[in-house]
Amino acid sequence: MQRWSSAPDPATDTGWTDAPARKGFFTDSSICIGCKACEVACKEWNGIPEDGLEMLGMSYDNTGALGASTWRHVAFIEQPRRPTGGGGFTPLPMVAATSDQNSPASAAETGIRWLMSSDVCKHCTHAACLDVCPTGSLMRTEFGTVVVQDDICNGCGYCIPACPFGVIDRRDGPAGARNVGIAQKCTLCYDRLGEGMTPACAQACPTKSILYGDLEELRITAQHRVEELHTAGVADARLYLADPNDGIGGAGAFFLLLDEPEVYGLPPDPVVTTRDLPAMWRTAAIAGATLLAGAAAAFVRARP
Amino acid sequence: MVPQATFTSYYGRPVVKPSPWQSDIPAYLFLGGLAAGSSLLAAGADLRNLPELRRVARIAALAGVAAGGAALIHDLGRPARFLNMLRTAKPTSPMSMGTWILTAYGPMASLAGASELAGLLPWKLPIAGRLLSLGARPAGLVAALLAPALASYTGVLLSDTATPAWHGARRELPYIFVGSAAAAAGGLAMCCAGLEQAAPARRMAVGGAVVALAMEQRMEQSLGLSAETLHSGKARTLMAANRALTAGGAVGTIALGGRNRVAARAAGAALLAGSVCARFAIFEAGQLSARDPRYTVIPQRERVDRATAVDAGRS
Repeated sequence: MQRWSSAPDPATDTGWTDAPARKGFFTDSSICIGCKACEVACKEWNGIPEDGLEMLGMSYDNTGALGASTWRHVAFIEQPRRPTGGGGFTPLPMVAATSDQNSPASAAETGIRWLMSSDVCKHCTHAACLDVCPTGSLMRTEFGTVVVQDDICNGCGYCIPACPFGVIDRRDGPAGARNVGIAQKCTLCYDRLGEGMTPACAQACPTKSILYGDLEELRITAQHRVEELHTAGVADARLYLADPNDGIGGAGAFFLLLDEPEVYGLPPDPVVTTRDLPAMWRTAAIAGATLLAGAAAAFVRARP
Repeated sequence: MVPQATFTSYYGRPVVKPSPWQSDIPAYLFLGGLAAGSSLLAAGADLRNLPELRRVARIAALAGVAAGGAALIHDLGRPARFLNMLRTAKPTSPMSMGTWILTAYGPMASLAGASELAGLLPWKLPIAGRLLSLGARPAGLVAALLAPALASYTGVLLSDTATPAWHGARRELPYIFVGSAAAAAGGLAMCCAGLEQAAPARRMAVGGAVVALAMEQRMEQSLGLSAETLHSGKARTLMAANRALTAGGAVGTIALGGRNRVAARAAGAALLAGSVCARFAIFEAGQLSARDPRYTVIPQRERVDRATAVDAGRS
């Protein structure tokens, strides 16, 4: 059971001895080029079945959302220049304004900003999915990541509404595929980490938008990157889920975003539902006691 | 507080996911509650020497827990692995705690129910019959002591999620479910037992109905924005049906339940149906609140903006 104190290392807190440094992702969406190599590499490495070949009309996003058979999901948002005064938003540093006729038009000229970000399981410090799993299938690994043991999960589905980010889901098909009927999500390539390798998505990312490494180091890198962007004039840049004091205790997989989280389909202020659980149990205890008392009272004047 | 009129989402897609559950789970919510309430009625009837009420209530508890258990197993993605629920006992998981409550309660309620069924057989079972009748009272009492937990933990189960309409109702759901359980159990006993012995069932039914309706009202206020889901689509119809059936059933019980057999049956049936509608209404409202991103984004965005304003005011 996770303690609610500021447990610095969830692996040690779970009971791992001599756990390695906590591993995670820093996904820097300011560098993402929307190539979807991460989606492909993840599916290939993990043998994940196909889960939809439709044109969704969501810019270049035809994947839709994270799910049981999508463990990396690249979001695309085309933003027109905002009508408010003050110029709307700042263009990204790599799209430099030059007088060269062949250079790509900057956002200031075309009036469109294109946000791209690769979404993934957050591997929360305080993980609701793990807390509510009744079989013990969901576990904390020695790397501090959260993983489904697919030989134990019986597909009760409770982790699905518990996740504040809507990440995990139950695999419905296709018929004959592996692990149908069971909850599935990103494993942070637990099998690759065990061999000292980099997760497939980070390995495949051509721009190093997805960085993998020790979480403490990634947080420092991210802080420097945000400061660099702010200095370059990208005022919208902010870190998401990097703060260990937030509602999930910080994430093992955190992000640099260029707009509010809800623009990307992420919750603005996620809080792990387990935080309220002690109070909920107290409410249930009193409600149960009320039922018992009420039943007893119903028989007070009973005569045989 | 007036919620903001517009909010941003990613193409209107959900932020959190609704549970993958179908009608099995709201059906179990009703059946588990019915069983729990019936076990309490049965124990009271046993101690107060009301054999007809005892028999009806014990059989109801047996039927409820058996059907409820079947529904839960059927709901699993891999039903053959249902025993994996017993691998661990986790206080952070209401489903784990519920599994153990059911594991303790089920055999107890079944033993008490089986002893009544054995008594109804036209022939006598010499050894088994003796064992059943010896074990029936202690088993029935243990079941009654576990019944409050069985009736209330499901409220925690729904609340312990990121589903806005369920998490938002966490202070009320255990009371709503407990009241609904009492109303259903009382209603079923009123349908099946004679007027003379059913007085405690009538009292429990009315008490449960009052608690459930009152706490449903309070839930609407607690929910804030996601109270809308109780007035949308299927949930609206079911909630209206629940209110009409539960209130009507309670009034009918008070007015005529003790005097007229037909009225007692009608009132009991109304209370049963009302309990079913209540469980399904709350289930559907929750599912809708998860599917529509507004119920996740708007309250959280307000919370962040408030906190930012406070911080700005401090600095």
